[in-house]
Amino acid sequence: MTLDSYNTEGFFDEMFTSDHQLKTGYVPFVNYIKHLTIEDLAHKQVAAEHSLMALGITFNVYSAEGGTERIMPLDIIPRIIEGREWDRLSDGLTQRIKALNLFIHDVYNQQQVFKDDVVPKSLIESSKCFLKPCIGLEPPKSIWCHITGTDLIRDQHGVMRVLEDNLRCPSGVSYMLENREILKRTFPKILDETQVRPINGYTISLREMLEHIADKPSPNIVVLTPGIYNSAYFEHAYLALQMGVELVQNSDLVVKNGYVNMRTTKGLKRVDVIYRRIDDTFLDPLTFNPDSLLGVPGIFEVYKRGRVALANAPGTGVADDKVIYAYVPKLIKYYLGEEAIIPNVDTYLCENELDRQYALDNIADLVVKEANEAGGYGMLIGPKASKQEHDDFRKKILANPRNYIAQPTIQLSRVPSLATDKIEGRHVDLRPYILYGKEIVITPGGLTRVALRKGSLVVNSSQGGGSKDTWVLY
Amino acid sequence: MLSRVANSIYWINRYIERAENYARFIGVNANLALDTANIPDAMQWMPLVATTADEELYKDIYGEPSQEDIFNFLTFDNNNSNSVYACVMNARENARTIRENISIEMWEHINGFYHNVRDTANKKQEILPNPREFLKSVVQGSQLLSGIEDSTISHTEGWHFGKLGRFLERADKTARLLDVKYFILLPSLDEVGSVLDLIQWSAVLKSVSAFMMYRRKYGQLLPNKIVEFLILDKDFPRSVYYCTASAQVMLKNILRTHRSSVKNPAMQKLAMLNSELYYTNTKEIMKFGMHEYIDRLQTIINEVNDEIHEMFFAVKD
Repeated sequence: MTLDSYNTEGFFDEMFTSDHQLKTGYVPFVNYIKHLTIEDLAHKQVAAEHSLMALGITFNVYSAEGGTERIMPLDIIPRIIEGREWDRLSDGLTQRIKALNLFIHDVYNQQQVFKDDVVPKSLIESSKCFLKPCIGLEPPKSIWCHITGTDLIRDQHGVMRVLEDNLRCPSGVSYMLENREILKRTFPKILDETQVRPINGYTISLREMLEHIADKPSPNIVVLTPGIYNSAYFEHAYLALQMGVELVQNSDLVVKNGYVNMRTTKGLKRVDVIYRRIDDTFLDPLTFNPDSLLGVPGIFEVYKRGRVALANAPGTGVADDKVIYAYVPKLIKYYLGEEAIIPNVDTYLCENELDRQYALDNIADLVVKEANEAGGYGMLIGPKASKQEHDDFRKKILANPRNYIAQPTIQLSRVPSLATDKIEGRHVDLRPYILYGKEIVITPGGLTRVALRKGSLVVNSSQGGGSKDTWVLY
Repeated sequence: MLSRVANSIYWINRYIERAENYARFIGVNANLALDTANIPDAMQWMPLVATTADEELYKDIYGEPSQEDIFNFLTFDNNNSNSVYACVMNARENARTIRENISIEMWEHINGFYHNVRDTANKKQEILPNPREFLKSVVQGSQLLSGIEDSTISHTEGWHFGKLGRFLERADKTARLLDVKYFILLPSLDEVGSVLDLIQWSAVLKSVSAFMMYRRKYGQLLPNKIVEFLILDKDFPRSVYYCTASAQVMLKNILRTHRSSVKNPAMQKLAMLNSELYYTNTKEIMKFGMHEYIDRLQTIINEVNDEIHEMFFAVKD
């Protein structure tokens, strides 16, 4: 089949230029599918989904009937990024993570950034994710955000922008890794011809990073999961398995004699590093949320004494606040003396009077977000919402302006995707995974999430989103 | 290894072995019922509920015994935590929480096993007239799991905990079955050695797949030889002695990797039991009292289980 009749419909397309020229990275792929029919592709698509199920990379959807496991739909047409563009993105992400890490450290220690009037102190103190118990903390090697999954989007002019920083236990990396395994089976020859950079070093780098923050030879590393009812449980199990470390639940851990220990058949065994996949405030019922049943009592005290390393460090969420997000380009300038390589999306802070008025007046054209929500929750997409919803959000903004930001509605770039009987453009974003250990390691690629519903801009898996393999070229 | 993981592997195997034994008991009893049509349901089926020690629960839920209710109770009833369905479901839940510790084949099999039982439970009326194939599939499901574990999991600590659970469960079930025949089906004196008596004894043997093996060894059906075979035989893999002796080997292998654990109460109890079973004979068992003896066996097996739990699974802070 050919893509001659494929219509970019005026959107920025990852495969075609605006005058319908095929971008060079896609040449081997398009040459290959010339020999296939749409049925062949659909067949490959079904086979890919079966393999995903068999590999067990699923997420839980719980119901009374004992629960079902679903896969995140994978669209087999890859998203391709040219090497040169990737290298620039990689520099931009490195720069951003460095600055954010310095910022978090500053917030909990010297607070120079407030004294120099770069960010108003009141913003931090009103942030839900600012954790008082972390004041004065010095995490191992001064690294706070060990694992980050930055959300990038490309706007209608082709400019890549940061949408969210996701410094708190970002998920989805197992999909990134498995998607590649599936595509290796689906298009072995094209992968080879296209010269794609490998991504399977991720779990090796992850383990190296966790070893680095332990500061002792052969540390005992564990992955801490909330348990099998967590929707990302299989990712937790997968990463533990790939790294060759134990997957633990809170009931496996106990604080004794000033250290964190795990209960084994041979008695208690000391734990040195915890890659924790539970939220900050659930970590320790003695320090944070006293109702937490997922945490380990006393763990924070051990952490403060430097006797266990946590990735990510508690408190990193403060830089995830969507109001702080607006300040990141300034923070990069302040801490590194550099201009931000990857721009933000223009952001109106409803706390500021002028911005707020603009947001209220133009709500029908804007996206409004709550400062601390993620996963597409607490969000209004102005152009797709009703008048009633616009009014509701206006009221919410006026009631608590600090908690809202507004952004222009961005027409995300599109990638040709398999619709039932044809290939059509679908909107995508990109979540690369960044590890901060001895050095900053960014796996070339990331999780491309795709809004599989025609016309939809929402890529979240809970709302009809799927994913694509991301090919970064040499 | 993590206590929680060891505990799960141990119970996966106990639950699956329990499901297998129940399926055997039910299958043989259903077959026996066809040969003894003149015996009322209560007498034919209630002893089976006694085997599983859940009589009170049964009476609470169903009241009077009937073949259909008892079959349901033992096979599909979720309220009975020992039913085949509940056992396989519990095994799967345990497997789910330790998926990264078991092989993919093992998980896929347990998951498929569970779905087979669940799907059948949803259409139980259809299989009620002839449950033979289904019960056979449960027995095979358990045997297949055993084979998959042997051939896809390293024979290290976790595998040993699994086998330990298997053998203890099996020892307990064989002892219980014998007890039911002896204690509950006890015929009046003039029926000892009658055709009915022998049919029942053959059924006991068949319940644990021992009929052919017994015949090969002893030929004639003699109650005290059957007792000897099922409790003391050194080679038959479902005899109590074979199972407790194998459990001891498994425990020894586990302890081998532990420091300072030679004198462990579980090991002590198992070793004492095994040397007793090795040297005793049916005459002495009869003198002690068959029911009393089996009761004692079961108490010791339970104590061993409790000691294992204390030592390995419930690690103190």
